[in-house]
Amino acid sequence: MKYSVSVRKFDAVIVGAGGAGLRAAIQLSESGYKAAVLTKVFPTRSHTVAAQGGVAASLGNSEEDHWHWHMYDTVKGSDWLGDQDAIEFMCKKANECVIELEHYGMPFDRTDSGRIYQRPFGGHMSNFGEKPVRRSCAAADRTGHAMLHAMYQRNVKANTQFFIEWMALDLIRDSEGEVLGVTAMDMETGEIVAFHAKATIFATGGGGRIYYSSTNAFINTGDGLGIAARAGIPLEDMEFWQFHPTGVAGAGVLITEGVRGEGGILLNAQGERFMERYAPNAKDLASRDVVSRAMTTEINEGRGCGPNKDFVLLDISHLDPATIMKRLPGIREIAIQFAGVDCIKEPIPVVPTAHYQMGGIPTNYSGQVVVPGRRSQNEIVPGFYAAGECACASVHGANRLGTNSLLDLLVFGKSAGESAVDQLKQSPKAHKEMPQGEIDRALTRIDRLNNQKDGASVHETQLEMRRTMQKHAGVFRFADLLTQGVDKILQVRENVQRTEIKDKSAVFNTARVEALELDNLIEVAVATMVSAEARKESRGARLWYKECNRLDYKSVKLTPLTVETIELKTRAY
Amino acid sequence: MTTRTLQFNIYRYDPDQDKKPWMQDIAVEVDSTDRKLLDALVKLKAKDDAIAFRRSCREGVCGSDAMNINGKNGLACLTDLSVFPAGKPIVLRPLPGLPVIRDLIVDMTQFFKQYHSITPYLINNEPPPERERLQSPEDREELDGLYECILCGCCSTACPSFWWNPDKFVGPAGLLAAYRFIADTRDQATSARLDNLEDPYRLFRCHTIMNCVDACPRGLNPTLAIGKIKAMLVQRAI
Repeated sequence: MKYSVSVRKFDAVIVGAGGAGLRAAIQLSESGYKAAVLTKVFPTRSHTVAAQGGVAASLGNSEEDHWHWHMYDTVKGSDWLGDQDAIEFMCKKANECVIELEHYGMPFDRTDSGRIYQRPFGGHMSNFGEKPVRRSCAAADRTGHAMLHAMYQRNVKANTQFFIEWMALDLIRDSEGEVLGVTAMDMETGEIVAFHAKATIFATGGGGRIYYSSTNAFINTGDGLGIAARAGIPLEDMEFWQFHPTGVAGAGVLITEGVRGEGGILLNAQGERFMERYAPNAKDLASRDVVSRAMTTEINEGRGCGPNKDFVLLDISHLDPATIMKRLPGIREIAIQFAGVDCIKEPIPVVPTAHYQMGGIPTNYSGQVVVPGRRSQNEIVPGFYAAGECACASVHGANRLGTNSLLDLLVFGKSAGESAVDQLKQSPKAHKEMPQGEIDRALTRIDRLNNQKDGASVHETQLEMRRTMQKHAGVFRFADLLTQGVDKILQVRENVQRTEIKDKSAVFNTARVEALELDNLIEVAVATMVSAEARKESRGARLWYKECNRLDYKSVKLTPLTVETIELKTRAY
Repeated sequence: MTTRTLQFNIYRYDPDQDKKPWMQDIAVEVDSTDRKLLDALVKLKAKDDAIAFRRSCREGVCGSDAMNINGKNGLACLTDLSVFPAGKPIVLRPLPGLPVIRDLIVDMTQFFKQYHSITPYLINNEPPPERERLQSPEDREELDGLYECILCGCCSTACPSFWWNPDKFVGPAGLLAAYRFIADTRDQATSARLDNLEDPYRLFRCHTIMNCVDACPRGLNPTLAIGKIKAMLVQRAI
């Protein structure tokens, strides 16, 4: 094995340039620190760009709202599995973070009085669960796009140094467990570099590509999770995956909940608005796990639509076409492109589709990565931070509310950045010495891949993984399927360890990138399946089909910062 | 499930192996679940893992998979397979006018350099208020058709003026972004932005050929935005 690895030194290295990474980068660059932002794709191509419906903040621009109500909804949405300190922190910080974005230039839609436009969204209610409230701050149905571009633009202003089309490979830790940066590959040249840093922030997004049918982009391969797991950092709450109620049937492309926020309704084959039966109060705007389960039940009980009765319909044809064109123009394009229907006239066929990873790298609400240790359950890993979908703060618990993901990446991207800045202020000038053996971890993987003979096909192996996850860890969880699923996914992992690529060239070798991504995906998949099998209860987005009980003794982990604990209740919408 | 075979003719160039670019004839079987060109490309890559192209969101919002498809720039993920006539190979080339890194992957440095040259961020030097800066719905509407750009590069690389002067002409994508900030009532740098473009090359190399409008996969109209900037410069001069 002969690879030359050059070392580059920075104050901080940020892995990922989606919403969380860009928000953290603003914090570091504007504080005058030298940060390297590594990203597999040009920043505005990160998957935050695909977020549609909005970002939650209790601005109260259209009706009365309060962060405490938002906190209540988030705790309830999480089925009491979220940490109430982090949830309080996030909901309190929401207004400040959204206003900052507006100041960066984000083109929010406006109310008649010139304020940020807000629309209702699933699970967001006023007065502790009373009735739906307008809390989702939106730029048409392109909120993520508008947000990501505004944050990239702010980073251009702040002179952030980007390493575009660089893929992080592995973490560099010393013998005391402190994180000293990452090894990474320049995709254009194949060169491997060690980024030596005092602070390392992961903002690598989720791993939704473990599922066969997913709203996620090709790049959502859970890189940060794979890297953390290989470096001995346990992942948290990985059994909780959100199935978004409205993915385009067959294509998987997301249709925002904002469609229902604007008045869209779900219909079964009999033309019945079935959500009235499952959630008499919130109806189509119940939280996502509730709606997805209701849809799946309708389909399982034979009330699905189409020749195979395998989808339901999302109807907005009763809305004024002008409203659709103004508030949901992107959805109309998606419906035409991917469902072949014009939603002004016809309903859109939809199915619950894997969408969001509630679990991830465990952090506290300051974005510091924590692991169970000798002294406490939440021991801080020095020099290591995580934010956004790759992290688990944990604000989403067993089920995330719509629009809380964009809020999560803003609030925790910023707080991870602030924590890193605080650490850098106190750090000595010199970098800690980097142990050579740690760099070898990445080189060993590259070398294995370059020399593998008679191995497994990357394409076939990833298909097998995605099919296994889809079948064994879907909307409803069955004990026997999960037990078999664990065996199966461990077998798939054996194949992942012997993948072979035919293309061995150095320049922009996307076959190599895909094989390295699969190394990360399989960590996410195994963690998901094993934890799903181990958690013998129904909670939030994961439901045991028969034993429908929540194990309440496990509840309410961390208490709020200033307000009283929101006590456990039966969850109904 | 019905399947059919698609013939491709693809531009290949790997600087590691190839002295010069070549066109590869390759066929792939697709089924009824493969609706878009990107679906077929993913299947092609399963067959020959050396074919290199960018892709990410697969729904037309990230701008990664821009390429030249049967002579026209577009996104693979938004191109229906059903539009291709049977019996003729689908010809795929990298976006024209930019250096090729490998196969369908171009070096977009020059494209982004021009985007960065227009100070692509909101400039407002007043101290930020506690709440949002107010903007009427009508003023906000001025940004529609401008802010939605996904920086895929289809427009600029379809523009003959950009092919000739990629270092001097900002190009349709950059100019659309420039007008996005000029049109924003919250931005205070209009005059500096106009100064920055008052140049025989930066703005005025646009000869209203309108290839950009034809190429934009988001249906945006850079020519219209460019016309508005030109009109503002004329107005300023008189």
